[in-house]
Amino acid sequence: MTMVQIPSKITPEMIAEHGLTEEEYQRISGILGRAPSFTELGIFGVMWSEHCSYKNSRRILKLLPTEGKGVLVKAGEENAGAIDIGDGLAIVFKIESHNHPSAVEPFQGAATGVGGILRDIFTMGARPVLLMNSLRFGNLESAESQRHFKGVVAGIAHYGNCIGVPTVGGEIYFDEAYEGNPLVNAMCLGIVRKNELAKAKATGAGNKVFYVGSATGRDGLGGASFASRELTEESEEDRPAVQVGDPFMEKLLLEACLELVKTDALVAMQDMGAAGLTCSTCEMPAKGNSGIEIDVAKVPRRETGMIPYEVMLSESQERMLMVVKRGKEKVVEQIFEKWDLHAVEIGEIKEGNLMRVFDQGELVAEIPAKALADEAPLYTREEKRPDYLAEAQTLELTKIPQPKNFTEVFKKLLDSPSIASKEWVYRQYDHMVRTDSIFLPGHDAALLRVKGTKKGIAVSTDCNGLYCYLDPYEGGKIAVAEAARNVAVTGARPVGLTNCLNFGNPMKPEIFWQFHQCVQGMADAARRFGTPVTGGNVSFYNESPRGAVYPTPVIGMVGVLDDIEKRIPSFFDREGDLIFLLGETANELGGSAYLALVHGLKQGLPPRLDLEKEVRLQKFFNEAAQTRILQSAHDLSEGGLAVALAESCFGRRSVGVRISNLEMFDGSLRKDALLFGETQSRVLVSARPDQKEVVIRLAQRHQVPIYQIGKVGGEVIVIEDLLELKVGDALSIWRNAIPRRLQ
Amino acid sequence: MVVFPGSNCDEDCFHALRDVAKVDVQYFWHKERNLPPCDLVVLPGGFSYGDYLRTGAIARFSPAMDSIAKHAEAGRPVIGICNGFQILLEAGLLPGAMLRNRSLSFVCKHVFLRTETADSPFTNRYRKGEVIDLPIAHGEGNYFCEPDTLKQLQEEDRIAFRYCSEKGELGDPYNPNGSVDHIAGILNEKRNVLGMMPHPERSSEAILSSEDGRKIWESLLG
Repeated sequence: MTMVQIPSKITPEMIAEHGLTEEEYQRISGILGRAPSFTELGIFGVMWSEHCSYKNSRRILKLLPTEGKGVLVKAGEENAGAIDIGDGLAIVFKIESHNHPSAVEPFQGAATGVGGILRDIFTMGARPVLLMNSLRFGNLESAESQRHFKGVVAGIAHYGNCIGVPTVGGEIYFDEAYEGNPLVNAMCLGIVRKNELAKAKATGAGNKVFYVGSATGRDGLGGASFASRELTEESEEDRPAVQVGDPFMEKLLLEACLELVKTDALVAMQDMGAAGLTCSTCEMPAKGNSGIEIDVAKVPRRETGMIPYEVMLSESQERMLMVVKRGKEKVVEQIFEKWDLHAVEIGEIKEGNLMRVFDQGELVAEIPAKALADEAPLYTREEKRPDYLAEAQTLELTKIPQPKNFTEVFKKLLDSPSIASKEWVYRQYDHMVRTDSIFLPGHDAALLRVKGTKKGIAVSTDCNGLYCYLDPYEGGKIAVAEAARNVAVTGARPVGLTNCLNFGNPMKPEIFWQFHQCVQGMADAARRFGTPVTGGNVSFYNESPRGAVYPTPVIGMVGVLDDIEKRIPSFFDREGDLIFLLGETANELGGSAYLALVHGLKQGLPPRLDLEKEVRLQKFFNEAAQTRILQSAHDLSEGGLAVALAESCFGRRSVGVRISNLEMFDGSLRKDALLFGETQSRVLVSARPDQKEVVIRLAQRHQVPIYQIGKVGGEVIVIEDLLELKVGDALSIWRNAIPRRLQ
Repeated sequence: MVVFPGSNCDEDCFHALRDVAKVDVQYFWHKERNLPPCDLVVLPGGFSYGDYLRTGAIARFSPAMDSIAKHAEAGRPVIGICNGFQILLEAGLLPGAMLRNRSLSFVCKHVFLRTETADSPFTNRYRKGEVIDLPIAHGEGNYFCEPDTLKQLQEEDRIAFRYCSEKGELGDPYNPNGSVDHIAGILNEKRNVLGMMPHPERSSEAILSSEDGRKIWESLLG
């Protein structure tokens, strides 16, 4: 591993290498009243990187609603947001990206992404109870994408399985747009007693600063700056910027931290994630309007000859910084000793506002903590509507021929890796540990029970990147709406969301326009649903030499079900049950999986989403769950009605369906749009025959269009005389689509 | 309930015993030497010591293990689930060893098991031949032993569970990890130590889609 040499003088090249501009350097000199030392330059470089400071995105992020009922910790206040769910409990959740490390080193990149998001949750004093992930890869036929895909899945499995937090769901898309720049977004949710919520606000001069967890090495040196650059052919050389994870160490750290939270010794804690020791050392006192002094010579190390610059910037995993009440040091030491972990006192909280770093008593950095944490320059980047849109949004439906054989199209969709079963993936994840997973992977949303209460928590992650590429505003809106819908169809009430915004280089006006539009769409939807954004992460510079990824604002929506016995599963239950389609279907094929797979076109306007219709639909489910009139509910998304029907048939015991009465739909509706179109705000539900009138009346009362389209039963999926396939055959195509491509 | 660093099914088993089977349960930290008087010792699943070296290989040197061995020698019941089974093998309380799954990857899913013997304190509420549905979640559950040991296990009726089809047929398609003779769980000679890879605590309540594991706790309650 390369060692960093202390240079004699700071050069313009060195400033650029730290990702800082000349103006930013001048500003730093102004803050300090002198030129920074090399260590200080490194500290500013990481703290003022986009990854840590959101300097390019913060003004746009202000569009998102952050206030709402039950919000206990708002976005940006702590390591993760928190929402009150009643019964004296709060949920803490967040999603975060680890895209660049996963591109370079898929296994460790993904594993440490999981490790990092877990720490964000348990530093809040919450016990992590669920992991999800949202993944994007290039075409699964390419060798590079297969390497990324296999490595990432193995990395997630390794970390999550070992630490004993179930990985219960998520989504995966494969598209050329992500070739060379996969997206790996990991989400975690934890539960905490409201009165045990831990803070990262360091206060009280004289209180002690403890370093706990793994020793520090040179791994991950400057990872935050690495994440704030585009991937190039040379990115392979950045491998030292990827950290190595140890889930066993993290499990011990988790248990020790949660034990400590229950004592009265702890003032604040924060994990050392991006920008490592630097970030936690300046952010905690900045939040508490305090100063801090640490001595890096006291930091446990696993490599020799490390200079202060390296210790401050290392992103070694499984480390935390804690502020402990003076006089309670023994409490910390005893707990950490029990778990065979290091807890080393490295400094103290001080009056004032300075962060002072010593090396064996010699001062090596002295910076106002708030200048690092809160005073990075904020930019309003130039925006420009991209030129590609004019052509990409054009789609003349009259020129799209209807398929001759709908069954063949159906098979093709089921065989598409983005639509196909993700069993190959979730088999490798322990999705049942903790015995709270009530809906196993494959459902619209994951559903957990909360032991000791009647409650359930539903979570879904969603984003259709192609929609966002074709119409960023509508795509952002749909991402929020679909995530909320997936939660709502389980019977749960969406209460808040976290987001991971994956975009290209924000210095490019077209990219920044996409970013602004997506966030505006998300904001409008989130505001209408009353689901505040409690935090998340922005990941820019997702570009490989082949170009930028699709704009991909991944939404992690969380909902609460007050009585878990009232849950609605995603699969058909019994022969003879009636099938209804809720919502209106339009001639919308733009951006659909059907258009891309069958006609080779990634074109047209994606479906339009009407927020009022969506709200009415979701309210219908809230009431339907209360009165328990539905046997199943499954949202329509990629592949439309036909794929949703098939997926509803693939429960633990598969069953067939017979769809008839299609003449009740408007005659101007194309058959391919009816079967495979992706019109929004539609859900497929089933109910016992004796509930027919009740279901129809409830839909009418909520002004939700409802069509009784068929019945559950038999061993074949039949849609009038258009489509016919044995369930067994459909299931086998759908199940084998991913494994057969990996052979 | 023995807790090693890295145990992660301890809380699940604790819940199944206390809240479902309604018995008194206590955690027993691996650094402790004196096992308090108890009717059953549970070695739960997880990744004790991070699976360093080999699954279960380090846990067997824990201070707690001596008193657990004594408890077993005295004829009192010990159940090791998943990683707990691996620890029992490493500690020599059960014969054989665990290899990586045939697929070389971690497998988490529901499987069917055939109850091979009702003659044990853990299985007396099942019928011999009864097919039950329990989940597995492991990377190293491919049980292996020497032919002589296998013969002994078979002749002494010490195979507790075998992987099977929903109808109870044996065969490779139903064997999720490649275990010899489709073995999912075995007993010691005195029949008071059971090691099994599937997780009964994950199928002890109707809401978890199977309650077939519950009879193990009920068998122990007599």
